[in-house]
Amino acid sequence: MSGDFVNLLADLKEEEVLKLTQQRLDSKEDPLKILEDARKGMEIVGKRFAGGEYFLPELVFSGELLAQVTNIVKPHLTGAGVQQKKIGKVVIATVAGDIHDIGLNIVDFMLDVNGFEVTNLGVDVPIEKIVKAVKETGAPVLGLSGFLTPAFDAMKETVEALEKAGLRKNLKIMIGGGQMDDEVRKYAKADAFGKDAMAAVTLTKQWYGVK
Amino acid sequence: MFVRPDNWASLTWQQKRELRLNHWIKAEDVKFVSKEAEQGYEARATRLAKAVKMELPDRVPCMLPTGWYPAMYAKVPLKKVMYDPALMKKVWLNFVDDFDSDTFDGTLFFNASVNDAMEAKTMRWPGHGLPDDAHSYQYVEGVYMKADEYDLFMKDPFDFQLRYLLPRTMGVFEPFKDVPSFASYQGLPNRLMAMCQDPRFQKLFKAIKEASKYTEPWNKAAAETTNGARARGFPVFRGGLAVAPFDVFADNLRGTQGIVMDMFRQPDKIHQAMEFVLPQLISGAIAMCDMADCPVVMMPLHKGDDTFMSDKQFEVFYWPTFRRQLLAMVEDGLVPYPVAEGAYNRRLEYISDMPKSAIAWMFDQTNMANAKKTVGRVSCIAGNVPVSIAYTKTAAEMKEFCRKLIETCAPGGGYILTGGATFDMAKPENLRAMMEAANEYGKY
Repeated sequence: MSGDFVNLLADLKEEEVLKLTQQRLDSKEDPLKILEDARKGMEIVGKRFAGGEYFLPELVFSGELLAQVTNIVKPHLTGAGVQQKKIGKVVIATVAGDIHDIGLNIVDFMLDVNGFEVTNLGVDVPIEKIVKAVKETGAPVLGLSGFLTPAFDAMKETVEALEKAGLRKNLKIMIGGGQMDDEVRKYAKADAFGKDAMAAVTLTKQWYGVK
Repeated sequence: MFVRPDNWASLTWQQKRELRLNHWIKAEDVKFVSKEAEQGYEARATRLAKAVKMELPDRVPCMLPTGWYPAMYAKVPLKKVMYDPALMKKVWLNFVDDFDSDTFDGTLFFNASVNDAMEAKTMRWPGHGLPDDAHSYQYVEGVYMKADEYDLFMKDPFDFQLRYLLPRTMGVFEPFKDVPSFASYQGLPNRLMAMCQDPRFQKLFKAIKEASKYTEPWNKAAAETTNGARARGFPVFRGGLAVAPFDVFADNLRGTQGIVMDMFRQPDKIHQAMEFVLPQLISGAIAMCDMADCPVVMMPLHKGDDTFMSDKQFEVFYWPTFRRQLLAMVEDGLVPYPVAEGAYNRRLEYISDMPKSAIAWMFDQTNMANAKKTVGRVSCIAGNVPVSIAYTKTAAEMKEFCRKLIETCAPGGGYILTGGATFDMAKPENLRAMMEAANEYGKY
């Protein structure tokens, strides 16, 4: 049953997944086990995305399935679950003046299913808020997203503010999205440019020294 | 205004296009500022027309995709020009006087005062959801049509727009969501009168009046700016705007989240709705091009790019209706100019399936060497100069990038040098370097 559930979720079979979720709850299965299987299913989704089999529609739809499963299971949770052990922290944000979030949320998803604890600050994030989040989380990796040309300067200013706050030395910064490229990376003095969400995962793993 | 000759129906698409292009090149409605300007206009438009038809012009045409750059060049905040049509005109024409290009890229489209009055919810602009000094305005993607409203949208588009879409997209239209349909005539006059007494509708009527006050001077300034640029010798390479059928829903009505749910849960509805909008998109583009007397239809493309969907999804959802849309425009003598935002590396084979020299493709981050080898055999290609280089590199580096691009794409004709995206920000010397590159390296 558990194996079926994982594969049905990975194959995005909405009706079957929801039916099976209910069946497992009805048969008094541990709700945490269901959530753990859901996580495994999402991991497969992430792998298929990285492998070029799945694209944005499958990622977004899997997110919807996970939300539905979680909603059904939640009322049955009694104690606090055991937190999945995470590799480490990453802060991500779309820079000030830019409200685009599609790419940002894909990066969030892919980092999460690859074992990172992601602090997603959302869109149009003021520089001070990014500096504060880096300081408070102590995350050694920061991902800056932007779609439009004005984001070039917002990224540059964010990096400068982190330098000024004395946080730059132990921090790796990656940029991505829309019109970002390696020229913008140099201009903003970031450490790396990634062309897609897989690049964000590869870079983060590399910086964390994990395979 | 383009007027069709009596024998229009018996002409081939190439003959129709030739008539339209010649009209555009002749530009009989323009009062040129000088003989030189008139000759310059004809030379530029001819150069572009030849590139589109994949013939050899005198040199590679170069279009500066300036977007909001004229405001930056004049050191005027975007917020200020958005509210001041006279200033917009001054700033944009100042740019035209200072830079050479083979086209005029158009005025600022966004009329902030009207959006203020209408309480637009689908946009953010400086002072409205964006910082005062922001150098952009942005579209807010959302679910403006619900999952179960496809039938409503198709059954009675006017009712859907008025009572469902507008209340969600423009704050002042909110009261319309509480009134019954206007489908029945009986009692309609009384109902309309009753509406007038409702303070919320009074606010709406006032807002419309207010907005109309701002619309007229803005449109006038925009027309004067465009005509001013044309009079100085710069043609506008855009007669109309259109989007692909899938993007009508994926961008505007359902948003990314909504369209994805439909792709899995009710794909048939998307197909039906795309069929429903297709003829409207085609006739709309034709009407705009007739009006502007320019056959070029600019088509910004979004959700069909390499990362947004798989090949299979492109084959099923994006390409079939989009392809028919392109062919129908071609059939009426128009020149579709799709702007493939993002990357189209995996789409090149599909889009090569078109009549020779019928389409002009603009590419953003697509590999141009591959584009030249594939779609470049049948269609004019354009674009690919990154805005990052225009803004962050030196003029020499800009020129060198353009030289390489010309070397890759120009041989045999069918290439237009232009940006991969709009240069809303750039260094002035880099824009000049781009034009220099076309003059120096682009001669045939």
